[in-house]
Amino acid sequence: MEKKMEEKLKKDFEKIVHKKNPTSKFVKDCVMAFVVGGLICDIGQFFMNTFLSLGIPKEDVSYYNAAVMVFLGAFLTGLGVYDDIGKHAGAGSIVPITGFSNSIVSPAMEFKREGYVFGVGAKMFVIAGPVLVYGISSSVIVGIIYYFLK
Amino acid sequence: MDYIRAFIVGGTICLIGQILMDKTSFTPARILVSFVTAGVILGAIGIYDPIVEYGKAGATVPLPGFGYALAKGAIKDVKEMGIIGAFTGGIKATAAGIAAAIFFGYLMAIIFNPRAKS
Amino acid sequence: MAEKKLGLQTVKLKNPPSIISTSSIVGPKESEGPLREYFDIKLEDDLFGEKSWEKAESKMVREAVRNAIEKAKLKPQDIDYYFGGDLLNQIISSSFAARELQIPFFGLYGACSTMTESLSLGAMNIDGGYSDYVVAATSSHFCSAERQFRFPLEHGNQRPPTSQWTVTGSGAAVLAKKGNGPYITYVTTGRVMDFGIKDANNMGAAMAPAAADTILRHFKDTGFDAKDYDLIITGDLGKVGRDLTVDLVFKNGYDISSNFTDCGVEIFDLENQDVHAGGSGCGCSAVVFCGYLYNQLLNKNLKKVLLISTGALLSPTSTMQGESIPGIAHGVTIERMG
Repeated sequence: MEKKMEEKLKKDFEKIVHKKNPTSKFVKDCVMAFVVGGLICDIGQFFMNTFLSLGIPKEDVSYYNAAVMVFLGAFLTGLGVYDDIGKHAGAGSIVPITGFSNSIVSPAMEFKREGYVFGVGAKMFVIAGPVLVYGISSSVIVGIIYYFLK
Repeated sequence: MDYIRAFIVGGTICLIGQILMDKTSFTPARILVSFVTAGVILGAIGIYDPIVEYGKAGATVPLPGFGYALAKGAIKDVKEMGIIGAFTGGIKATAAGIAAAIFFGYLMAIIFNPRAKS
Repeated sequence: MAEKKLGLQTVKLKNPPSIISTSSIVGPKESEGPLREYFDIKLEDDLFGEKSWEKAESKMVREAVRNAIEKAKLKPQDIDYYFGGDLLNQIISSSFAARELQIPFFGLYGACSTMTESLSLGAMNIDGGYSDYVVAATSSHFCSAERQFRFPLEHGNQRPPTSQWTVTGSGAAVLAKKGNGPYITYVTTGRVMDFGIKDANNMGAAMAPAAADTILRHFKDTGFDAKDYDLIITGDLGKVGRDLTVDLVFKNGYDISSNFTDCGVEIFDLENQDVHAGGSGCGCSAVVFCGYLYNQLLNKNLKKVLLISTGALLSPTSTMQGESIPGIAHGVTIERMG
């Protein structure tokens, strides 16, 4: 490429690429995310209702529910199903707590070959770690602010 | 009725995530982080309560619900124990989910091996 | 100016080395693609009987090299040099294969441009009179690349439409001072080009400027034109990068659209194999060349080919630090004489 042409193309390249980019299946993606996300929440609702009908106190039901949903996400990840769901559902299976579970289990499985301490143990949080860091830190801030405003 | 409401609220939260993924350069990890943090903030200022009231599992199962539980827990413990509650409340309220994720994560890693995608 | 140099970036080989044999190994997905009949070994198991993806990839390289040497009716000790590299940290697939093969080894890193990088250096080495036989080889593996550059395999992420599918495969070629061809006649070495693309899910766009630049440089240095070639084929630009390259070359005054394609577009059925924009990885141009193109050259369906493997020179660290993605492309002319 001639120097002048190269500089011109470099400047325009973002626009050229943007024009050539395939249109993402945006509408289909959104429908899938909505439907799968909704269904996962309905599964959660089913467990919630079941635990309530078993006589578990209302304030404890959320603990049971979290544990069961996390187990479900972990088990489907282990079976190799969750990544297939995710391929189609996108955010629909990332945003529910089952997706949080998937983001912990998948690296744990993947890095088993690097050993149980630095592989499974350390890599478990490569994706989900930030969620805990930011979630817990902001809840601490909320608690402190509440203490002074109360 | 519960199921329809949970479906709509949960589906909508996921839909917002999908729009962010397709229209911005948000990676899955960033979506998780922002949704949890958003849940904490919305929980703290009281906006998330009516959503949970209406959507039930549709609001608690998605990650903003996790953030909501963190904020609620922190506030509850501050009420009961003072300033130290800011440090104990969040994790206490979400302990079941976190411990389950760690324990089952480890367990699944022992039992299963990753497979190639097709 | 150097005796064998032509123009700015091209070398004309005085005694063109002959490619006397090639070998290709591919994974299960590639075995279902449109080029399946041209590959020597088709794996049914991505692990190749090994315990990790990395071990499997290294075994693929080892077997591809061994097989190519055997097909040339030679022994590993007949080979003077082994030029090779791959995508894994510190090119372990290649160096661990070299540990077994015990051929003097030059380890290369050119990301996915390694096939033509190794062919270039091997050809110049023979032409320079430093060797009688060299082997050029490279590899990539979907699973080992995925865990190094992207997500764990079981993570439920969604690939954007510009993303590409890393080819599981390894290709090796034996070059000799004497032989019946096809011959490597010209080598055009690329510059590193960066037009500011930062999206690691759009490597085709990141590499297109490098591919276009090397094609243009090759034309200027040699005086050739698109019509002098039966086929001009890039390494792993995919559909997006291929179209961009045609566009960039056209804007510089050459029309290559009639006989230009990309290995990443050819190796998979883009409609039905769920690979989005196409194949990628060192193994992509390696197996398409060592399998399909070499066969077509031998059968005289193709007489003169310009092969340009393309590489994206990023690392997980550079991506996280917000750096743009530099690209490189190396071209070699491979032709039958007479």
